[in-house]
Amino acid sequence: MRSAPMHSILFYLAPWELSPTVILVCAASAVLYARGLGELARRGERIGFWRPFSFFLGLALDYAVLQTYYDFLAQHMFWVHRLQHLVLHHLAPVLIVLASPGRAMWAGVPFGWRAAGARLCRERRGFRWIPRFGARLFRLIQHPAIAPVIFVGLIFFWLTPAVHFGAMLNLQRYLAMNWSMGVDGLLFWWLMLAPRSLQGSAALGYASRILIVCLIAVPQILLGAYIALHSTVLFDVYGICGRAWAIAPLTDQELGGLLTWIPAAMMSGVAMLIILRRLLLEESEAQSARKAAAAIG
Amino acid sequence: MWLSQVSRVSWIFGRASASRRHAVKRSTAALAALATLAAVGLAACGVGGPQFALQNVSGLLPQLKFALTNDDGQMVTAKDYRGKIVLLYFGYTHCPDACPTTLTNLSEAMKRLGPEASRVRVLFVTVDPARDTLAVLKRYVSAFGPEFVGLRGDDDALTALSKRYRIAYHREPPDRNGYYAVDHSSAVFIFDASGAARLLAGESDNPRTIAVDLHKLDAS
Repeated sequence: MRSAPMHSILFYLAPWELSPTVILVCAASAVLYARGLGELARRGERIGFWRPFSFFLGLALDYAVLQTYYDFLAQHMFWVHRLQHLVLHHLAPVLIVLASPGRAMWAGVPFGWRAAGARLCRERRGFRWIPRFGARLFRLIQHPAIAPVIFVGLIFFWLTPAVHFGAMLNLQRYLAMNWSMGVDGLLFWWLMLAPRSLQGSAALGYASRILIVCLIAVPQILLGAYIALHSTVLFDVYGICGRAWAIAPLTDQELGGLLTWIPAAMMSGVAMLIILRRLLLEESEAQSARKAAAAIG
Repeated sequence: MWLSQVSRVSWIFGRASASRRHAVKRSTAALAALATLAAVGLAACGVGGPQFALQNVSGLLPQLKFALTNDDGQMVTAKDYRGKIVLLYFGYTHCPDACPTTLTNLSEAMKRLGPEASRVRVLFVTVDPARDTLAVLKRYVSAFGPEFVGLRGDDDALTALSKRYRIAYHREPPDRNGYYAVDHSSAVFIFDASGAARLLAGESDNPRTIAVDLHKLDAS
């Protein structure tokens, strides 16, 4: 950290380490979604206030923890880093998935691009494999037995002390770590929370989803408790590189462990409520459809 | 593990015509052979290189690069230290404990190296340029030995260097007498003669360990 006494707000809002990829992806997502909302409104579809709010809040949270001064703190304080991953892997993706932004974002892609892409994949030999490969890869990583293993496995992998050491010291590994958390969060929570009607071939029953969100809470609780209650320093890289401000190393580790443990497990509870609501909603829709059919009949 | 992943990838590509599937199988075999070769090669390299007691950071951190003022008032860059093993350490002269401990350890390690120490430079970069003027810096580092060089830079140069090596430092609020402490990293970054980052030493590493590893680095 710089030793100059006071910094302007701009200093804290500016990226600590500028990542054109993060900025580009966030900006493109925002533009596509906003364009799509306009396009859908023209077609007479109303999205309302809460879904766009949820989408932009999630996107803004992702951006804030990656491309502001917050990123410096996350590099030099274990518990701030755990909070960063809580946002990237749990909170922001849940907010984004709750908005079901896929349809609007697709509508936001300029028509010419969509047509050109489809033509390319249909007619050019070298491109034909892309949609088929993409669909298969997607089905593989979204398999109900594989997706939760990837979700929990990533948390354990990056928290393995030797791996964590490399990730905090090497910029490329650090970026790979944060990207893997962000992307996997979106994939996993989409599988858990998206309405079945939007999931196509990857559709997963609500009972299985409830089972999965309960199961993923267990290893996260165990790992968080292990870190929080450990009596020696597990992640020495923060001591070596210097912490963002003075704090006892074990206090830092305790807070980080608690963040891995409690809010992460609470997310499973929140997810369960959302899944139950989807279930009840579909149930009542089916019921009213049956009633309407009976009334006509 | 590797093989099963490769075959899974081919499964994703698969369900093409029969000839395509054969081609895929052949390329799978080729890939597997390549992976095995690479694994054997990596293992061989790991066995062949010198084993260090200090934390090995080869490939993790970027090449030595800086532009600062030395304690003689001259502008120096990393190029001026090519051909020397460089120990890069961040600290400040008013430091009550960490810096004197570490610098004493390094000074002891230099004595153990004997004449070989002439091929080593310890660069002490101050994180407190407000109090550490060039004269103060020179008086402080020369107490530890002829291999020690004090370096000083403005805020921007210091920030660039701290980002490059992912270290943090933080100035505490001053007490009633105007004294303030600066929290800083405890790492000694060790670069080989070509400027590549190789090892990381800490406060707890003793002079003997450091001297042995520096000797290995010099010999390799």
